[in-house]
Amino acid sequence: MIGASLGAAAYERASEISAILAVANPVDDRRLARLSSRPDVVLALSGIGISFGGVKALSDVDLEVEVGEIRAVIGPNGAGKSSLINIISGLYHADRGRIAIDGQSFSQVPASRLARLGVARTFQNLALFGGLSVRNNIACGRVHTRRASFVEHIAGLPRARSEDAGIAEKTDQIVAFLHLESVADRLVATLPYGLQKRVELARALVAEPKLLLLDEPMAGMTATEKAEMAGFVRAARDRHGVTIILIEHDIGVVMGLSDRVAVLDYGRKIADGTPAEVRADPAVIRAYIGTAEGENGEDIR
Amino acid sequence: MSYYDFLFVIEVLVGGLLSGVMYSLVAIGFVLIYKTSGVLNFAQGSMVLFAALTFVSLVERGIPFALSLLITFAVMVALGFTIERTVLRPLVNRSPMTLFMATLGLSYIIEGAAQLIWGTQVHGLDLGIDDTPFEVGGILISSFDLLAAAIAAAMVAGLSAFFYWTRIGLAFRAVADDQFAALAVGLRLPRIWGTVWTAAGFVALVAGLLWGARLGVQFSLSLIVLKALPVLVLGGFDPILGAIVGGLIIGASEKLAEVYLGPFVGGGIEGWFAYALALVVLLVRPSGLFGQKTVERV
Amino acid sequence: MAVQALDGTRVPIDWQRLAMPAVLIVVGYGLIPAYASSYLVEAILLPFLALSLAAVGLNLLTGYCGQLSLGSSAFMAVGAFAAYNFNLRIDGLPLPATMILAGISAAGIGVVFGLPSLRLRGFYLAVSTLAAQFFVQWALTKFGWFSNYNPSGVISAPHLIVAGFPLDGATGRYLLSVTTVIVLTAVVWRLVNSATGRNFIAVRDNETAARVIGVPVLRTKLLAFAISSFIIGVAGVLWAFTYLRTVEPAGFNLDRSFQILFIIIIGGLASMRGAFLGAAFIVVFPLLLSRIGAFAFGDLFDSGVLDMSQRIVLGALIIIFLIAEPSGLSALFDRLKRRIG
Ligand SMILES: Nc1ncnc2c1ncn2[C@@H]1O[C@H](COP(=O)(O)OP(=O)(O)OP(=O)(O)O)[C@@H](O)[C@H]1O
Ligand SMILES: [Mg+2]
Repeated sequence: MIGASLGAAAYERASEISAILAVANPVDDRRLARLSSRPDVVLALSGIGISFGGVKALSDVDLEVEVGEIRAVIGPNGAGKSSLINIISGLYHADRGRIAIDGQSFSQVPASRLARLGVARTFQNLALFGGLSVRNNIACGRVHTRRASFVEHIAGLPRARSEDAGIAEKTDQIVAFLHLESVADRLVATLPYGLQKRVELARALVAEPKLLLLDEPMAGMTATEKAEMAGFVRAARDRHGVTIILIEHDIGVVMGLSDRVAVLDYGRKIADGTPAEVRADPAVIRAYIGTAEGENGEDIR
Repeated sequence: MSYYDFLFVIEVLVGGLLSGVMYSLVAIGFVLIYKTSGVLNFAQGSMVLFAALTFVSLVERGIPFALSLLITFAVMVALGFTIERTVLRPLVNRSPMTLFMATLGLSYIIEGAAQLIWGTQVHGLDLGIDDTPFEVGGILISSFDLLAAAIAAAMVAGLSAFFYWTRIGLAFRAVADDQFAALAVGLRLPRIWGTVWTAAGFVALVAGLLWGARLGVQFSLSLIVLKALPVLVLGGFDPILGAIVGGLIIGASEKLAEVYLGPFVGGGIEGWFAYALALVVLLVRPSGLFGQKTVERV
Repeated sequence: MAVQALDGTRVPIDWQRLAMPAVLIVVGYGLIPAYASSYLVEAILLPFLALSLAAVGLNLLTGYCGQLSLGSSAFMAVGAFAAYNFNLRIDGLPLPATMILAGISAAGIGVVFGLPSLRLRGFYLAVSTLAAQFFVQWALTKFGWFSNYNPSGVISAPHLIVAGFPLDGATGRYLLSVTTVIVLTAVVWRLVNSATGRNFIAVRDNETAARVIGVPVLRTKLLAFAISSFIIGVAGVLWAFTYLRTVEPAGFNLDRSFQILFIIIIGGLASMRGAFLGAAFIVVFPLLLSRIGAFAFGDLFDSGVLDMSQRIVLGALIIIFLIAEPSGLSALFDRLKRRIG
């Protein structure tokens, strides 16, 4: 559990920092600058807030994610988990707070540059291109590396061809990695749900991102499918060194997979630490695990 | 600007506002259907034509005014329910674009049927409204326009009241808000849709009578759908208020543009001016003047 | 035997895939020019070819890229009137160059009216294309320059010559038309099967996901507008120069735009073959209906009745296809082939 202890150390550092800065608040910028200047921090959020109409989906959320960790974000329905990922990927614009990705600081992340910033994501509700084959869906994940123009494509000029070849090769690797060979040429819309989720993971992985955002990648799956998916997520980190933010409702999966866990409730971060620490946190038990006592609750202990 | 020029501007403006109310009338038919089923009903114009043509043909065959009105209304109700059954229900859960294209097909059917049944000649429609303009403070106002505006206003008030204070109106709003939730609490969507198409048919009937009396009942009546589209877009697709204010703005600015801009470009700009205006507004406010700004959920 | 594939590997030739184009070429360049009656060419093939090409263009925008357009015939008009003016005002401009320039003009106008697509989606965008429809028709009627000051805005096709060969006869116009359609269809075919074409589909199927993975959404939409309008513009040239020979702006009205939209709905959205099947249907269907109507109802079935029943049947077909076979004739065709083969 090297990852976990690393995570714990980082958590201590982070709470130290926020303890110091709590006094100097609300200087989000400076806090962010200090955090994001550390080379081992891929992503740092500070003071993130967003509301929709009257609903405060997130308020004053801080989060940092270190290179190579699997960072889980959990919380009850409507806690603001997806909103957090949407803000990181530039689809929602935070009302306040700043986001630093790999040392670059933003108040609004430009979604159209996300891939080039080294961030890829999946969606809570499938967001595949139903009219394309599995292979072409995955190939689209590398579209940000393409330079050839449509004229070069129509005429089949060398640059277009070599790009196609390069991307086809990468796609094949991912197809093999996620065991999608047997369905690779099927229209993605004709696949069962669990496989579609996997194709979405493939489309994100093929981009070779530094940071991967997974919004409930295992939702609605059977236990076997979940275990399989968890294996893929872990392998993605172990083999490709991807840093991962994982939103997941299944506490068992989260505890087994992640290095550190942040807990959101009503848009506030109520706990952050190793799975062990979070599990023991009374606030968390009250707000979250307490409501899910039973199967999941037993899993934890 | 002299006093008389000023009066002239006011006169143009008032004329424009009054015809704007007539645009709103058609636009409201849209809003009703759009709010409850998310369908942009391109066939609204052909429904107007169908209603007017049916009514005028009945009257011409010697059937009394009130009875003709009743029969036409019954026909529109039947039409509404038929559409719900045969077109909407099989297409439920399909993309808005598909639904829109289906209503395009629908408009072809209704237009074709209306003229196949009742013929293609132009009918005059006399509602017995006196159309001599009268003068108020130096400007001329068409009494027909004024009455038409009054009827439209009454209808809008009635519809709003219906929406806000009756049980079924509440159900409408629930459906408009969230179809799945409405379904979950046991609202019967098909019946609501059927009712709403009936209401839209009624609006079409009123619009058909007023527009028909003004322009004559003929094929071009179905083209007022093209006037209502920019009105809707300008107001934002959802709120009834948007349709009204949108209609007023388009009516007024169209008339003003016709008088003051038209001569410079050779006239005839009313064909596209409303669209250009709607586009300009859209580019500044993508959800229209009164549409709520929403963030797409992902 | 083998050929060089796109990705550089050598693959065996798929004779079955080549059979269909081969048959088409033999029929298109051999049998039809040799044996087809001039009625068949003038009344069926020429409008079929022009409408097919327009449908290929619209399908690119609406079928593949998901941007609903109700203004196709405006772009046909731009193409026709631009070709007329390029031909009139530049001495000795070869016909292919005229057609390309006309296509580029249409593409330019297409981009202008496509610009709102950067901010607007769905119906809002359809309003912008309607604006194109009404504005273009108005401008062509209002400003005499476009029709060289013809009092009713009518333009007539010039003398058609390519590389010294006069093509004014029915066969000549047919050859011009069929060649243009084949070349442009091949280009579009390559395009939709390339990465650019997949970007179109990505934008159509999920714009948000497309943006996040780095598809240049804005550029992709404008490109779709440009290429689609280019092709529709050239289709307009064919319509005006090879089929009708004299056209006026009023001929490019909203009904024509709807007709092209109906072609791709009936033929099958996002299917190249669908554009042709749909166009064939739209051209042949009124002829069939009038025969059947005359046979069944005799004199009762006059041109007015024909017109109306045509509208009704067409509208009903649209709805039936949308409900029962959203992928159109193209999918029906596939199913038939599977049943037989
Ligand atoms: N685009 C939006 N427009 C309006 N409200 C939104 C939007 N996105 C999120 N919300 C609201 O913000 C709150 C947080 O939503 P969010 O989707 O982030 O929750 P979540 O933690 O992902 O929940 P779940 O576990 O159900 O996915 C909810 O009240 C939700 O209704
Ligand atoms: Mg969520």
